[in-house]
Amino acid sequence: MSESEVTRDGVRGGRPDREATTGAVRADGRQGGRRRRGRARAERAMVPDADFRSYYGMPILNPPVWTAPDIPGYLFLGGLAGASSVLGAGARASGRPGLARSSTVAALGGGLLSLVALVHDLGKPARFLNMLRVVKVTSPMSVGSWLLAGYVPLAGVAAASAVTGRLPRVGAAATTGAAALGPAVASYTAALISDTAVPAWHDGHREMPYVFVGSGATAAGGLGLVAAPLREQAPARALAVLGVGAELASVELMERRMGMTAEPYSSGTGGRYLRASKVLALAGAAGAVLGRRNRIASALSGAALVAASAATRWGIFHAGLQSAEDPKYTVVPQRQRLEEGRPATGTPTTTPTTTRTPAAPAGEH
Amino acid sequence: MTAEPQLRHALSGDADPAALGGHGDGTGGHPPRMGFFTDTSVCIGCKACEVACKEWNAIPADFPDGGFPGTSMDNSQGLGADTWRHVAFVEQRRPLGGQDPGLPRADPTQHDLGHLDVLSLAGQGSSSAPAHIPASPAEPGAAGDFRWLMSSDVCKHCTHAACLDVCPTGSLFRTEFGTVVVQEDICNGCGYCIPACPYGVIDQRKDDGRAWKCTLCYDRLGVGAEPACAKACPTDSIQFGPLEELRERADARLARLHDTGITEARLYGRDPDDGVGGDGAFFLLLDEPEVYGLPPDPVVTTRDLPRMWKHVGMAALSLVGGVAAAFASTIVTGGRRR
Repeated sequence: MSESEVTRDGVRGGRPDREATTGAVRADGRQGGRRRRGRARAERAMVPDADFRSYYGMPILNPPVWTAPDIPGYLFLGGLAGASSVLGAGARASGRPGLARSSTVAALGGGLLSLVALVHDLGKPARFLNMLRVVKVTSPMSVGSWLLAGYVPLAGVAAASAVTGRLPRVGAAATTGAAALGPAVASYTAALISDTAVPAWHDGHREMPYVFVGSGATAAGGLGLVAAPLREQAPARALAVLGVGAELASVELMERRMGMTAEPYSSGTGGRYLRASKVLALAGAAGAVLGRRNRIASALSGAALVAASAATRWGIFHAGLQSAEDPKYTVVPQRQRLEEGRPATGTPTTTPTTTRTPAAPAGEH
Repeated sequence: MTAEPQLRHALSGDADPAALGGHGDGTGGHPPRMGFFTDTSVCIGCKACEVACKEWNAIPADFPDGGFPGTSMDNSQGLGADTWRHVAFVEQRRPLGGQDPGLPRADPTQHDLGHLDVLSLAGQGSSSAPAHIPASPAEPGAAGDFRWLMSSDVCKHCTHAACLDVCPTGSLFRTEFGTVVVQEDICNGCGYCIPACPYGVIDQRKDDGRAWKCTLCYDRLGVGAEPACAKACPTDSIQFGPLEELRERADARLARLHDTGITEARLYGRDPDDGVGGDGAFFLLLDEPEVYGLPPDPVVTTRDLPRMWKHVGMAALSLVGGVAAAFASTIVTGGRRR
């Protein structure tokens, strides 16, 4: 045991040898620290991606403990529900009761199941109400819990009214309320996963919300094609096509801007899901447009679009896990930042007065 | 615009974390910020800190998956729910220079130790150097081509702690000492704090579901005692104290090491302007941080949160716009019948 007493008021009785300079033997004229950092740096610069140092190749981050299908399902269902609420409100307002019915029911089902998935993934599910213990704008999960707490009852009343035809005024108000919260329900999960140190999620934080609402629109439109009567499907079809376009464009933009931390989006499990998502989305969109006069073709296309949306969420989820489990994605971008002389200071890079703006690092905006 | 600079100050840069956490009156009125300075240059890898931490905090045993991992002498592998102090062992083919025990030199020609009374030497103990000792430990060793880096890792108690920021239940909180502690009676195991931590510190205890990490011995601090790991450290590699004082001590130590030619010594987490606003527990390292399993340039993820919310808002609006466009397109094409 140490003889010294290190208290809040300072050290008492510190050891005289405490200041030993391990590794340095000045008396002999020999010195420690003969390593030349310059050479090591030059070596790194030549092959920046392959050559990085780590602690036995072990991950730096503790990877998320979130599991599939709970969390990717939660992301997918939230998107489906949120976008369906907006679509349902539009359908109700434009006199399409069939589409209004299917969309509001999808919104309620998606919202409820999304909540169930979130609670099921908790380490202490019985304590799920602790989510409503505080309101924290710095925690997207807190914001989301409050959103869902307000949204799900509204979606329930809207769906009940649309299905039974009762209480039309209350139903209209609830439909409007759910449609007002729906876009937030569809998009907050993007902030939720981006607000982590997981490289593939955090570095995509600018585009992720657009990917998520695009994916939500794809799912809501697709579900309309599956469940609504053919003659009321036109807005669902248009929304699905818009959603596919937005989703594919945002993913592409995100991968290009991110650089190396986007690798997991095209490799491994994450890459496979995202490739499947692209194929399903394009096939679904094409089928939805070409088969618009055929009930079965529309339903099949709709199912493909819903599956595409789910595959996107599964792909993003797994890509995040991959990027957290490989120290490369943590070390290399940070090391690069340091070597280029633009370390992550607390200074926000968007402030006009900053001197770092011209060399602003990718993934730091 | 008036709220934004305040928000930025709350999310990044140098700050008084206890005051941000609501302690005191904003200009003080709370105890000084306490922390650790872990000087790895004198760590001997004894793992007394790991053991003391486990004992004091009643942390359950944990074994690495698949038995002994063979990563030098490291069998705890990294920080997690059941490892709040972790000693890293790094073996390097790199010249170190001889070890200087700091004892008076003997005549190098005198190697006959037959007359030595080892019992009386043992009676003297090892903490004070005898006036003259001809035994070989007093001889400086030759410079080898092997060095062993050891470092006791711990929760950094960041100035801007992502785990605390993202916790949806308020289970994680900022103490009056500026440290970050989990309230286990509130944690519902949502797991958000785990990927939020840029250092990989906090983790979920599998059979319990909740998140656990170093408390900087909040219970001991409350009665004026130093944390268990610092108390147990035989070389004072782990030093505990007011952060201001630790920073001064670390600067002096670094200057001394640089003077003696150990140019690769560097402080890690000491700078209040780094990506997390400085660490409450910072380190003196003898190689790059990633060699010890530490991120070279960590950033608190919530620094970018205002921008994330902005994009979330814009995306939400574009969803409304997209649905409106979808309905508008049906009017243009007369698509109601299709």
